[in-house]
Amino acid sequence: MRLLIEKSALLKALQHVTSVVERRNTIPILANVSLRADGESLHLKATDLDIEVTETARAETTAPGGTTVPAHTLHDIVRKLPDGSQIELASKGDEGRLAITAGPSRFLLACLPADDFPDLGLDGMSHSFQLASRDLARLIEKTRFAISTDETRYYLNGIYLHATETDEGWRLRAVATDGHRLARMDVALPDGGMGMPGIILPRKTVQEVAKLLADHSDEVFVHLSPNKIRFTAGNVVLTSKLIDGTFPDYQRVVPQNNDKNMRVGNAAFTKAVDRVSTLSSEKGRAVKLNISDGKLVLSVNNPESGSATEELETEYSGEPLEIGFNARYLLDISAHIEGDRSVFSLSDPSAPTVLQDENDASALFVLMPMRV
Amino acid sequence: MLTQLCRDCCQLVAPRAGSCPDCGGERRIAHAELAALTIAHIDCDAFYASVEKRDRPDLREKPLIVGHDGGRGVVTTACYIARRYGVRSAMPMFKALDLCPDAVVLPPDMGKYKAVSDDIRAIFRAATEVIEPVSLDEAYLDLTEAHESGERAAAEALAVIALRVEREVGITVSIGLSCNKFLAKLASEMDKPRGFSVIGAAEAKAVLAPMSIRKINGVGQATAQRLEASGIASIGQLQALSEMQLVTQYGKFGRRLARYAQGEDERAVTPDRPTKSISAETTFSRDTGSADELIAVARRLGERVATQLQRKGLAGGAVVLKLKTSDFRLLTRSKRLPNATQRASVLAEAAEFLIRRDADGRRFRLIGVGVDDLRPATEADPPGLFDMA
Repeated sequence: MRLLIEKSALLKALQHVTSVVERRNTIPILANVSLRADGESLHLKATDLDIEVTETARAETTAPGGTTVPAHTLHDIVRKLPDGSQIELASKGDEGRLAITAGPSRFLLACLPADDFPDLGLDGMSHSFQLASRDLARLIEKTRFAISTDETRYYLNGIYLHATETDEGWRLRAVATDGHRLARMDVALPDGGMGMPGIILPRKTVQEVAKLLADHSDEVFVHLSPNKIRFTAGNVVLTSKLIDGTFPDYQRVVPQNNDKNMRVGNAAFTKAVDRVSTLSSEKGRAVKLNISDGKLVLSVNNPESGSATEELETEYSGEPLEIGFNARYLLDISAHIEGDRSVFSLSDPSAPTVLQDENDASALFVLMPMRV
Repeated sequence: MLTQLCRDCCQLVAPRAGSCPDCGGERRIAHAELAALTIAHIDCDAFYASVEKRDRPDLREKPLIVGHDGGRGVVTTACYIARRYGVRSAMPMFKALDLCPDAVVLPPDMGKYKAVSDDIRAIFRAATEVIEPVSLDEAYLDLTEAHESGERAAAEALAVIALRVEREVGITVSIGLSCNKFLAKLASEMDKPRGFSVIGAAEAKAVLAPMSIRKINGVGQATAQRLEASGIASIGQLQALSEMQLVTQYGKFGRRLARYAQGEDERAVTPDRPTKSISAETTFSRDTGSADELIAVARRLGERVATQLQRKGLAGGAVVLKLKTSDFRLLTRSKRLPNATQRASVLAEAAEFLIRRDADGRRFRLIGVGVDDLRPATEADPPGLFDMA
């Protein structure tokens, strides 16, 4: 294998693929990136056996072929080469080395054979659709914060993606929950999504897809197989295993009949919660909301350090209500409400509360109160 | 000036020869600091075996071993008669029975020992509230308060305790009286069973000098070997080294070594040490490598732990799984919980997760499930969305 490639093209491709490579690997070849050159292209591939990312970059191939080299090392080398460099990658087949040359710099990296590199593949595709990069990004961004980190509930360690029928027609819906809060985001169901199975996208996949979408504004193609998903965004293809589990019936924890609505300025609310929670204890983190006619009093009472209160104007006409929430959870949710005002739909101090943007029903958040 | 204590009428008296003029008792101890020392260590003599003999007078003159019989049992406690044959605690039962084939073997009855221990502690409590239990059969007592209030000298109060335990509970104890915990414990070991020994502050260094370094609390096999390798076998040799030298050699522990060697110990007697962890464990009748079997047992252990947590008003922030392999290697695995818990179901779930991760066909002889990072129950199990049916 021998080829010439521009630094920025190689660096961008390496950034995408090496991000799935674990820093510590028990299987040596998983620390490597696979490189394959043919014609005008260099194909890069990396995997952790759960996720595989491939990318194709433009290159001038003088000798086709393939090899694998340590991914993070290659990434670091390319990163440090001067901008605008033309980089030559050339296998020294007999020595099992890859030579990287750019101007006066020359590196030799130990290789492992390309044939040994694992291939995740996609078996028996069942559904395919394409959706706007922005829609996919929103599905992820509005829900990923609520993904559970508790490994014992592995089926909650991801985003549940499925098709569902609502008053507004068929929607592609993302849901994540850690059992104390739940985030739900809908976009229009793309053609081809009808009848798709509900799937659970693992946390790491969510993270990698989000990174990809940051650099990509066009359509994303999605292919599903019974236990894998593939995202194609331009030159990058990410294939991932899915979480093999059953997502709980989240519908039953989304309250339908909460009739006490409180409207509050989202920015003012966020800042006030942040201020009063300065005094909440590391472990408890409870903030109390005293809601009465037109008025919301936030308070934190920490026997060890003191107390804090702050009063806000609200629009509320229901029965006075006192309810406690985890301050961090409140802040996480309010950070995902983009509009000026948020609506709290409440029932009673021990029942789940719904939070939404006043003018955007596509995202919905459910929060379980704390005992205060 | 020497003071004497009559262990039968429990009074300090001016020294005189012969039996006690008041009660005629022969058990008298004399010591210059007897009227001043207030820290005690009390150790029940062959506790489990003594309790069993109390309840089975027919066994009184026979060698008795408490422990599980059968292939893999070990000796929990041997009575003093069995000890004459060389039987020791923690010895495999088959070996114990080789040494003492006539021994009667009884399985331990922990519920009963706990009840007896509670009775004994109630007697301690009449003398002081400052009791630090070490185990069911062992405790430190700080008698300073009652002593200084002039109520009763510590030595007298201890003699009363020993007599009451014998009469009311029916077993014997050995008492060590000194000026700190380290010396009190050494003293209680000097005259077992039914002993009462005193180590005064003034004589501490001299008493310690000939003792083996292995007598020091915290000097285990490894430290002992290191010390002995550098030619230090007795506490006397340790006394010759500076604290600086010991700290350089043994780190933080060196400091304690230096203090102990001089007979100094600053640890206070701490009543009811706060519980740091709660656990339950069991040994299998035959080793198992089956994850399902391990999980089923872990579930039951989790229930026991949850019951204890609820009784104590505590919640665990992390679950600890302990597994001992057939070749006695101990694996400890732990998992932090997103929220502290009191619930058996949460403990079982975490234990199952840890078991599945480690069950690779190895066979285990023992399993334990516990919690640490204990917190008040008020922080436990915040209500969850999916808890509600």
